[in-house]
This record gives sequence, C-alpha cells and structure tokens, in this order.
Amino acid sequence: MAAIFTPGLKVSEHTVLVKDRRLPIEGEVLVEVGQQVGADEIVARTELPGKIYPVNVANQLAIDPGRLGEAMIKAVGDSVAQGDVVARSPGLFGLFKSEATAPVSGTIESISTITGQVIYQAAPIPVEVDAYIRGRVIEVIEGEGCVIQAAATLIQGIFGLGGEVKAELAMAVEAPADVLDVSAITPELAGKIAVGGSYATLEGIQAAIKHGLAGIVTGGFDYDEIKELLGYEVGVAITGGEDLGLTLIVTEGFGKIQMAPATFALLSKKAGSRASINGATQIRAGVIRPEVVVTFDDEQMPADRIDPGEPRGIAIGDEVRGIRAPWFGRLGEVTDLPVEPVVLGSGSPARVMEVRFEDGTVARIPRANVEVIEQ
Amino acid sequence: MSERLSERLRSVLATDCGSTTTKAILIELVDGEYRQTWRGEAPTTVEAPFEDVTRGVLNAAQEIQELSGRKLLRDDGGGILTPEQDGSAGVDAYISTSSAGGGLQVVVGGVVRSMSAESAMRAALGAGAIVMDTFATNDKRQAHEQIERIRQLRPDMILLAGGVDGGTRKHVVSMAERIRAARPRTRLGGGYNLPIIFAGNDEVRDDIEALLAGVSALEIVDNVRPVMETENLDPARDKIHDLFMEHVMAQAPGYAKLMGWANAPIMPTPGAVGLIMQTIARRRGINVLGVDIGGATTDVFSVFDGHFNRTVSANLGMSYSVSNVLAEAGLPMILRWVPFALDEKGLRNRIGNKMIRPTTIPETLEELKVEQAIAREALRLAFLQHREFAVGLKGVQKQRTIADAFRQIGDDSLVQMMKLDLLVGSGGVLSHAPRRVQSMRMMIDAFAPEGITELAVDSIFMMPHLGVLSTVQEDAATQVFERDCMIYLGTCVAPRGEQRPGRKVLRVQLSLPDGATVDEELSDGELRLWPCGADTPATATLTPLQGRLDVGAGPGRAFEGKLRGGEVGIVIDTRGRPIVVPDDPTVRVPKLESWVRDLGEYPDGET
Repeated sequence: MAAIFTPGLKVSEHTVLVKDRRLPIEGEVLVEVGQQVGADEIVARTELPGKIYPVNVANQLAIDPGRLGEAMIKAVGDSVAQGDVVARSPGLFGLFKSEATAPVSGTIESISTITGQVIYQAAPIPVEVDAYIRGRVIEVIEGEGCVIQAAATLIQGIFGLGGEVKAELAMAVEAPADVLDVSAITPELAGKIAVGGSYATLEGIQAAIKHGLAGIVTGGFDYDEIKELLGYEVGVAITGGEDLGLTLIVTEGFGKIQMAPATFALLSKKAGSRASINGATQIRAGVIRPEVVVTFDDEQMPADRIDPGEPRGIAIGDEVRGIRAPWFGRLGEVTDLPVEPVVLGSGSPARVMEVRFEDGTVARIPRANVEVIEQ
Repeated sequence: MSERLSERLRSVLATDCGSTTTKAILIELVDGEYRQTWRGEAPTTVEAPFEDVTRGVLNAAQEIQELSGRKLLRDDGGGILTPEQDGSAGVDAYISTSSAGGGLQVVVGGVVRSMSAESAMRAALGAGAIVMDTFATNDKRQAHEQIERIRQLRPDMILLAGGVDGGTRKHVVSMAERIRAARPRTRLGGGYNLPIIFAGNDEVRDDIEALLAGVSALEIVDNVRPVMETENLDPARDKIHDLFMEHVMAQAPGYAKLMGWANAPIMPTPGAVGLIMQTIARRRGINVLGVDIGGATTDVFSVFDGHFNRTVSANLGMSYSVSNVLAEAGLPMILRWVPFALDEKGLRNRIGNKMIRPTTIPETLEELKVEQAIAREALRLAFLQHREFAVGLKGVQKQRTIADAFRQIGDDSLVQMMKLDLLVGSGGVLSHAPRRVQSMRMMIDAFAPEGITELAVDSIFMMPHLGVLSTVQEDAATQVFERDCMIYLGTCVAPRGEQRPGRKVLRVQLSLPDGATVDEELSDGELRLWPCGADTPATATLTPLQGRLDVGAGPGRAFEGKLRGGEVGIVIDTRGRPIVVPDDPTVRVPKLESWVRDLGEYPDGET
C-alpha cells in the first residue's frame, strides 16, 4: 500500500537549510562554490528589459503605414533619447512636414509598415538577488543563481504576507497565549521582528506598520483582517508580493490560537538574533511555507551538501497539531494508527489516528486533519 | 494505437496524474463486457523531493497489483507490463491523462474579444487548457499594458487567432507585434522556445511567420473562425494536444518516461473528460451537463444539440480556492444554505483555515453541512460563468423578432435547462458525500434544473480515464461509463414559471416499481422525495395546477411518461426558478430544516 503522508510544518532548532537563490531571468552569478556569503551579500544580478512603449507613428504623421519606412529617421536597434525626432513626414511640396518624437529614452524595438506602430523599449531595470541567509555556496546555477546551504534554526509558518526581510527578533509578549495588541507595540521594536502569541489584533498590526516594525510572527489572526490590511481579499493562498509595510507570519492559522509552546520557546531563545523571514506562501503544487530562519556561526556550517532525504510518514509518538474543527489548534501525541477506516460523525468513512491531547483527552481523528510538527 | 490492438483489447490500466493524487483503474473484459474491476491511488510525485511522475504511477499500479493479484509491474522497474500474458499478468494497454503541475496553461489572443478571441478561447478550453488571459484589440487595455501582462505570464503556449480568412490584416499583425515585443517565456523554462499556434486569417501567415518564427516555436493551423458564421476548432485543438505532448509534457519531470510507457497519447485531464461527455451525448442522443469540482478549480462541460463547450473556473474550488468562493459569492449567499445559525467571523476563519490546510476533511456533521453549503455556491458560480460563455457565435447576422427583445438575459446561452437530459457531477464533495441524496440536493440547488432531468455522479472520478480510453476503444469506454462509472441518483422534476406563493402548483401521480402509487398535490416551496431504483422506471403523470407552469411538456400541459430512478429516487422540487430561499434567518432556517428532513439528507433527528 502507498504510504500515508501528512506534510507538517518544521519547527527545528538545528537543521540544515538549502536555499535556491535565482534571478527572474538569465544574468550574472557573482559567487563561487565553497564561498561563504553574508545574508545581505549580492549573489547574482541581471537587467530586466525596460518597459515597452508602442506608438502608432504612422497615425502621428498622418501617413499610410506602408510609407513609415521612408519617414523613419531612426532604425530598429537604434538608441534614442526622450524627445529625439525619430520620424518625419515628407509633407506636401516640402511644406506641412510633421515629426514624431521618442516618448522615452531607450531603443527602437520594432517598426511596422503594416500597422504603423513603432515599439520603443525603455532602458533596462537592474535586478539583484542577495543571499537571504548567511551560509556557504554549494552550487552555482550558470546564468541563474546559486544554492546556499546553512546550519540554522527553522520555524515554518502556515500563512504569511509580504516578502523577505532581515532583522532582529524581539519578543513582544510574554506567553504563547498572549495577544499582540497596540499596547505591545513599543518604540523599541522599530526595525525589528516582533513575536506575538495567540493572536494579533488589527490595531496591533496597524500600529506595527506605523512604528516601522520589520515583521510580526503570531499564532493567529482573523481572516477578515487581510482585507482591512491589503484592501483586497486573498482568495487563493499564493502570497509574498504584498506591499504591507512589514512581513506577517502566522504559525497556527486564522482565529485566536495559542502559538505552539515549542515554537514560542524557540523564538524566545533566538530573541536578539538576526533572522531572515519571508511571508511567501504557496499552498498549491510546489508548496512554499512562510519561514523564520536564524543561521548559526560559520564553524557550524556543514562543508558538504546534506541530502534531506525523503519525507517519512506519521508514526506513533509523533507530536501533532489538530488542523480542523473540533480539534483545531490542539496539540497532542499520536498513540495509535488503526488500519481500518472509521465512520466519522459526518457519516464519511476515513482512516484515523488516535491522539492524546495535552489535557489528557484521547480522540480518534481523521489522519487528514492532523499535521506533524516536524523537528 | 493500432487497429489490431484495439480489437483484441482484453485489459487496460489507466491512470490520471492529478496535482495531488495519481489514480489508477484496471479495466478488464469480464464475460464479454468491459468492467472496471480494481482501483488504486498514490500521491503524485511530480514535485520535489521525487520529481518523477512515474513513481506515483508505479505506486498506484502496485496498489492494484496487490489488491487484484494481477502482476502489472515489470520486474526490471521499467514500467507497466504489456501486453497481457495468460490472463493473470500484464495488460494489453496502458493509457494516462495528466493535470499535474498545474495542468496545461494557455494564453489566448484574437482581434475582437467576443469573436475570434472567443473562438480561440473555446478551442483552448476544449483541449483541456486553463486560459490564463485573453487578449484582443478591444479588451480595454492599452497595448503597453497587454505587453506587460504577456511578459508576466509564463504560459505553456499561446494560441493566436484573428480575422476571418481574407479579412483584416492590420489588426492581426498588431496583436502579433505585441506578443513579439513581450518576448514571452515558457513556464517550465528548459531552454526551448515558447510554442505559439497561429489559427487566424490565412492571408497573413507570412507576416506572422516573419514576426514570430524567430522568437518562438511557431505552428500555423487552419483558422478557428474562417468565416463569421462558422467555427473550425479541431485543427487548433489537435495542435494544442500535440504541443502538450511534445513540449509541455516532455519538460515535466518523468513525463518523457511516462510517454514511452503509454500506448496512446497522454491527454490533459479535462480534455479527456470533455471527450467522454461528447461521446455519451452523441451515442445516447441527449443533452448533457457535467461538472467536476476540485480543490482549486471547477470545470463545467456541456453538450447541447451537439455543441460542446467547456469552461474552467480557475479560482472556484473546495480547498485551495475555497476563500475565493467566499469572496465571489459573499457570506450571505453561503449562509443561505446552512440549516443552523452560525457565527460569521468564525465561519470566515474556518474557510480561511481550509484554504491554508486544503487536505482536511469534515469530521463533524456541522462541518459537513458548511462544506456542502460552500460547494453549492462554488457550483452555482461556475455554472453561471459557463452559461455566459456557452453561447452561439457572435458577429453573425441574425433576423430578430420583437419577441427576442423581451427575452431574459442569459437566454442567449446554448445551455437551456429545460432541454437538459442528464446532469453529471464529479469531484470529491459530490462523489464522496456520505449520502447520495446530499449530492443530488447540492446539484439541484446549484444548477436549478428545470422540467425533467436525470442526475448522476461519477463514482470514483474515472471520467478522465474513460475519455482517453474512448480514443482507443469507444465501446469499452461507454460500457464502463454506464456500468461502473455512473451512479444514477434519480430524476429531478421542477416546474418552471411564475408560481403564486402558498398555492398548490403540481399534481403528482406516480406508479412506483414496488407497486406503490402516489397521488398528491404539492404546494409552492416544497422539496419531496420518492425512492425509486434505477432498474425499473416509475410511471408518472405530472399536472401543473397553475396556468403557465411547465414541467417539460410545455406551459400548462401535463407530462405523462417514465421517470428514471436511482440510488436516491425521484425528487419533486416546487421551490420555483430561480430557487427562492427566504432572507430572514428566522424563516430560512426552519425552511431549510424542512427540506433537509423531507429528503432525509442527514441521519435521523439531524437537520
């Protein structure tokens, strides 16, 4: 029988992390295999093609598109400065000549004698990719980027907003059940990543943005508040490009849910360290989870590439988290994995597992409704 | 596949490689009939850490091997054992469909949005593609905005149409210039040029070649709209399938190997479902509507009077896209189907949590009811989109009568519910509902069938497998479809027309196969069920009790004939069209409770 596999979120104090750092299009890689890099170090750069400006020059000159070639002063591939004359109509008996000028500095991409269109391309836009984490380059992907490996603490969240940020971790609450509200956002947190507990209020997040915090890590917050923060709803969990003013990472889910004590304890332990965080989330194929990464010192870096191996299935003794009502957000330990399906309260048969929760309650839960907390 | 092989086909292994699960079925010739005998499934292995689709296929096949005792895997690990050997090992053919890795993603372009661009879109959708965007000279975007957008998209291919043969040159070339300026790149990378199919005005082929041949893998096929009055979608559809195999599949991890194993071309999953729908509609001479509701997308297929249409609602689904159902439908539209009071903020968080943990299942009855309420709205919205898309060709000159001016919006659609014969549902929430009556009720609420309509569900989602099988052996595909794939739920009878509230609307006289008879007058707003198996139909006389009501025999006229039953039976729905659900929760909840009770949707005492 095929293995049952329920992917979980990783909360690991010491793991080996491998990161692909790639350019959006082909470019130049600036590092070599074996090189130690800092999180802010630029590892690859390229230039994105400039913006395209199509202009119907034949219309501007009031000539037939077929005669555009005769009227053009500039040719395909020529550089132009904004305002340069690029075409001139012959006029009538040498009079009433009209001219067309370049709307932008750049190059002429194409001239069409069918449509009368001239397409300009503005100057290219430089793009750089940094290392994001401190580590060692273990592979160079020619023309695209590199792969960096590091020994690090890794805490994966379930949902995030906003992209990569590097800043100091700071505790904004005292316990995993605490709420991060306006009162928790102090001026000392400016430029830092604040760690909350069970819930971040909308006002608390807005205050954090106002005070220039780099990020927030919280157990939960309300789904409704995404619309308040972004001005639109997130209907499909593909995020990372939001312009929120900070990066938000949710470790447990929507609603008020105590942050898993192990997660909170680990974040507390790392308070004061510089962390790299990313809210990018993609739940569909090619899963990407938001993350908090704190790398270790250079001497703890493994020299060779470490193969993470294939994921294993759930086993008795594993720590799990309930991820659906009526056990949502509850933590426990797997005590049995019965083979035969069980008819649920909903009336559907499903394969289940037996879990003992922290308060001693024992329940049989669909295997699909728990998540392993991976160490 | 050779003619000879299809003739001596004794057994087939078919797989569908979905985004998350690879489903395998074994089809065998049993006593002269093709039957689906065993099934197996395993997680799809396109993504890291495996990055080889064939591992999931082998795991799913291995499950069948273990269950059936029939050896299916080659000893050398080199794939599926073919052909069949001594009746207990191997299969005569191995076939597959695929939607893994996000399926086939296509960008479509044309000159006029509602004409050539729409024809191109129909061709792409019919081939099983997800249309990422549709460009046209009149799509209300500036040229530079279109170019920016084409740059951002990373499709598997572009289909460009435009102009009837001998028609506009300038506008078609203008669209090609925009594509060229964008320098579009492929989704999967891999250093190959993006395939672009040109299926427009045949007189501008040289211009298109000059513009696009150097920057893409250009293919030219016959125009999808050679004249205003006719569409010619097959050449573009076939080319999309070819390129899907040659470029897209060949780039995806493990597919080159999988293609080597398969005895027929691998098809995009929705393309195969469309094919089986068309086959059934043609062979039975009926109008069919099909829906496949998945986690991320909902596909709707229709065949009306021989016209096939498919739409993909890319962001309507039950898990990955469930929050989008909430965003598009709005909370009140979902709540109107929930037969109990609910905290709204809590419901929003619950839906958000399903989006981020998409593989969870409802454990409690309350969770199930909420999920089925969401499903109704996802299905309803996907169907609305389909109805709007499935229309006759625009741009064709027609004589209009004064009556046309008074027709309702949506009446242009080819999908006319009164003409629908069979509604087929597929996808987890419909196929795996704990009680079949729940599936029937969800489909009735979402699609609001009119007159007399048979309903069925796909038992284990084998329509994709049967679609590709129909390209090899049509008889085998239709036999398995009727005997093992379809689970007939029964028939829905719903009068159409204005109903006076609280008054009697329909006299129902039934002779049921068990000898029982029914003679009742139903009032406005009722939902009633009479169990009746699929084997012997009920004899019915249905008499409208209000002047213009139509039960399928024409306004005000009685219907006399047979009604097919099924696992549920015969449902009479007098709630009116559109279905009226009270806004006031104090009225709505008791009403919903009474419908749930009358149909026996949930265990005794539960509403």
